[in-house]
Amino acid sequence: MRDVAVIGVGCTEFGEHWGTSFRDLFVKAGALALEDAGVTGERLDALYVGNMSAGRFVEQEHIGALIADYAGLATNNTPSTRVEAACASGGLAFRQAVIAVASGMEDVVVAAGVEKMTDVGTGASVDMLASAADREWEGFAGATFPGLYAMIANDYMHRYPLTREQLALVAVKNHENGAKNPIAQFRNRITVDTVLNSSLVADPLRLFDCSPITDGAAAVVVVPLERAREFTDSPVRVLASAQASDTIALHDRRDISTLDASVAAGKRAFTQAGLTHKDIDMLEVHDCFTIAEICAIEDLGFCKKGEAGRLTADGATALGGEIPVNTSGGLKACGHPVGATGIKQIYEIVSQLRGEAGARQVDAEIGMAHNVGGTGATVVVHILGA
Amino acid sequence: MSVSRFWRKIPQRYNLVGTKCTTCGRHFFPPRSLCPDCRRSGNIVDHKFTGEGAVVTYTVIRSASDQFENTTPYVLAVVELDEGPRLTTQVACPIEDIKIGMRVKSVFRRIAADGESGTIHYGTKFVPAE
Ligand SMILES: [Zn+2]
Repeated sequence: MRDVAVIGVGCTEFGEHWGTSFRDLFVKAGALALEDAGVTGERLDALYVGNMSAGRFVEQEHIGALIADYAGLATNNTPSTRVEAACASGGLAFRQAVIAVASGMEDVVVAAGVEKMTDVGTGASVDMLASAADREWEGFAGATFPGLYAMIANDYMHRYPLTREQLALVAVKNHENGAKNPIAQFRNRITVDTVLNSSLVADPLRLFDCSPITDGAAAVVVVPLERAREFTDSPVRVLASAQASDTIALHDRRDISTLDASVAAGKRAFTQAGLTHKDIDMLEVHDCFTIAEICAIEDLGFCKKGEAGRLTADGATALGGEIPVNTSGGLKACGHPVGATGIKQIYEIVSQLRGEAGARQVDAEIGMAHNVGGTGATVVVHILGA
Repeated sequence: MSVSRFWRKIPQRYNLVGTKCTTCGRHFFPPRSLCPDCRRSGNIVDHKFTGEGAVVTYTVIRSASDQFENTTPYVLAVVELDEGPRLTTQVACPIEDIKIGMRVKSVFRRIAADGESGTIHYGTKFVPAE
């Protein structure tokens, strides 16, 4: 197995791109990443593209080939593979690229993620997102995606001392970070009252507990570490790449409030990297809902179960805190184009480790990315080091 | 949802028929055709559940997909059947009554309407047991 490094990253602005097509979004992110890496398209050995549901959002399947084509790589016949694990599609695409390079099969590889969600109405997108869970036995009964996370929140709040205000503070903190991120969908600061006065979506979760519907794309370039210096003076090393599965349906979990796949992927990542929690300087976690960030911090082992609410209220997860979480603004404020999110997390960590994060810069040499598919049926964890 | 896909699941959806592994005694609802504990040494047979259980966790859905938009707000819950397995279901009760630990029992009800075809889907919901 070869060591792997990230040599370039690119990301579109996240938001509602009414004037930009699915393929143009991807091309923009890909071009930014190649430019940053200082490589040209014909040097690419392969592409891995994370995408959840182009088939339903824009009625287009066969995304791998489409993207290679519009990236100008059809004449090179560059292999291109779509990777799907619902909201974890991006993290999984990155992992596939890392595996390809680590194995020695491929050398210069792009991992990308793209989703165009705003072409359909809200009711239709609620229905599509529910297909990240068990269509037959959750969706049929009337479960929505926010509804499933709301059931996690109610179970959690029944068992642990998490207040409604602490939950709101997750969104307040992520908007604070998003306000400092030029690619973020929401760059406005909010207060606890903004969250508590927003409309109920699925009790106890309100509109401002939920990540938005977003268009966006992100791409990164990975190569063997031994070749990284050919391209850049500031390669970022991939120290661990871990993945875990759990039951597709929330009702079949061992514990409703613990994502066992987060626990397993986190442990595997720490073992691979030979690191402990103290070594991690920053976290990008999958806050599709505020409760998801609380669970992620705990399930990855950064505090005990039941303590992440207090940690958030104490400011430990803010930019200047002990362990900054979601410096990008997270899914909540940066936006959540589902297939692109996992790659955007890598983009954010690389930006931070290279000291290019501007107003939201933290002091970090090692960062962890945590990307969740569904309510925790797939979890992908990466550790990157400067 | 396609007609064949729906009709295939009628015994399970209408009558709460799941499965049971006779090797280890574990019950499954939703039904499984492979026991995760015994795998290939398991033996799966149909099992009709009594339909009694308790609420593990719940929410009130205020914003739903098109199929369910006419029925909001509605109570959604994870219910643990007395035989062991858990399922996701609507609980037909006033929204202020739903509580964790509440005893419930299954009933046969209308679940959703398919907007385009106008097809009405029926299935199992739960109601307070007392
Ligand atoms: Zn068995």
